[in-house]
Amino acid sequence: MERIPILRMGKFLLVTIQIDLYDRLATNLEADLVQMVNKTGARGVLIDISALSIVDSFMGRILGNIGSMSKIMDAETVVVGMQPAVAITLIELGLELKGVHTALNVEKGMELLKTRIDAEDEEIIEEEDEAGTE
Amino acid sequence: MKLVLNKDVMSIEKEQDVVPFRNRVKEYAVKIGMSLVNQTKLITAASELVRNMLKYGGGGVTIIEVISQGRDNGIRLVFQDKGPGIKDISLAMKDGYSSGKSLGIGLPGAKRLVNEFDIKSTLGEGTTVSIIKWKNG
Amino acid sequence: MKTDIAKLLQKKKKQLLESWMTKQLSDAMLREDLMSNEELREQSNEFLDELLKAVATNHVEDINAPAYEQVKEVLSGISISRAKQGFSPRETGIYVFSLKEAIQQVLKEEISDDIQLLYQTTLSFNKLLDSLGVVTFETYIKGREEVIMRQTDEITEISTPVIQVWEGILALPIIGTLDSARTQVVMENLLQEIVETGSTIAILDISGVPAVDSLVAQHLIKTVAATRLMGAECIISGIRPEIAQTVVHLGIDLSNIVTKSSLASALKYAFGMLKLEVKKNHKEKTTE
Repeated sequence: MERIPILRMGKFLLVTIQIDLYDRLATNLEADLVQMVNKTGARGVLIDISALSIVDSFMGRILGNIGSMSKIMDAETVVVGMQPAVAITLIELGLELKGVHTALNVEKGMELLKTRIDAEDEEIIEEEDEAGTE
Repeated sequence: MKLVLNKDVMSIEKEQDVVPFRNRVKEYAVKIGMSLVNQTKLITAASELVRNMLKYGGGGVTIIEVISQGRDNGIRLVFQDKGPGIKDISLAMKDGYSSGKSLGIGLPGAKRLVNEFDIKSTLGEGTTVSIIKWKNG
Repeated sequence: MKTDIAKLLQKKKKQLLESWMTKQLSDAMLREDLMSNEELREQSNEFLDELLKAVATNHVEDINAPAYEQVKEVLSGISISRAKQGFSPRETGIYVFSLKEAIQQVLKEEISDDIQLLYQTTLSFNKLLDSLGVVTFETYIKGREEVIMRQTDEITEISTPVIQVWEGILALPIIGTLDSARTQVVMENLLQEIVETGSTIAILDISGVPAVDSLVAQHLIKTVAATRLMGAECIISGIRPEIAQTVVHLGIDLSNIVTKSSLASALKYAFGMLKLEVKKNHKEKTTE
């Protein structure tokens, strides 16, 4: 069975989708990713779709699912590198990919994940500080 | 008056057939010089319809045609299955309606992505969907 | 009988061409700037050749006969190129109609003895040239339409420039009505430029859009949504009071979109997002 490889990099998981997926492959990716988030305690998931020439409603739903599932396991998801033609088509199709963040490229996506996670951590520290001074 | 310039038939029986089918559609769209955005819209619509055909019709036959009308060229795709058919077409064409567990934007979404959309279904006999995307449409 | 006429005209071709040319040139409205006399003569000669060839096949009145295919083709070519060159309908029409006069003149001189024949032939040729006149106009209009279509394309191309106003910030001033075809071009240009420049903020300025109805708003919302899918933020600026009024009256929800009244305030907001600051330079004063 073909599988999309998932790379671990510190607190993040990286997925680069290099081929056009058929449905089963996409469903497997969703399952594998959620498993990996759980196993590694990753705080962020970055999915690079710059090589995808189309994203249809099924693939859109998978991306949305990954975002929502990771979210309840305390990980942020960012989808990067969407082609302009794909974005225009998705909008026309009626999909907005709610629940996932988007970024122009891998670099900007990593930045986004880092700032979001740092901001969350800072909040926790601030809360602890406040609790301590009281 | 629509003239058929080129015709290709592919049968779709399993999920893995979808990717080669999409590639074939792309080949034809590139051949007639369709813009990238229109290509993407056509292939996405094709992907939605071929999935429906697999899921509800148990697979079927697809026809890819290069057609011309006046000065405009385009691609016509026909999806024929021998599945159970659709009971209420107007309901199936509604956004957010799904008899399966999907988002319910497959059919109406595909219609929004192409220039012409035609669906015929007979209960117990099957469903035929035909779409046209013009090169400059 | 008809072949005799055809032969007669063939014999008199030179005279026919001369008188046709004189009639064309005598028109005070003729545009010598668009076409030289030599060109005109050559064109007329070619057309006359084809016409006489077709007349010789015995179908004077039936313009749909296969013999006239070539005639119609030459004539269509002439009309279309005239339409594109900017000739007026009058000039294009006179081209064929002045030939009618020239032929009548030749016929009158040559067969003045047989009134019956003269009448019949003149009538046939009138009919033929009238039909050719119709062909001229049909193709002339077609040529004009092509010109209009090309210009429409050009206008959509040039009227949607994407400007990089700062590193990471793009601005796109929209002038004119925003229909779905135009939105498509705007979206494509904008998203492509976002990828190429790696910009994270796009400002869509609609001060030049005359009116925003629910359809235009729909297009704007789609553009913003597509930009966000790419991972960039889209600000809409140039919301004039009239536009604000119609948007609210129509019940259009723009609350998910960052809107600013002017391009300047949108730019300021964008600077804020990128954590940039614009400062006045006081250095000169201190060095004095």
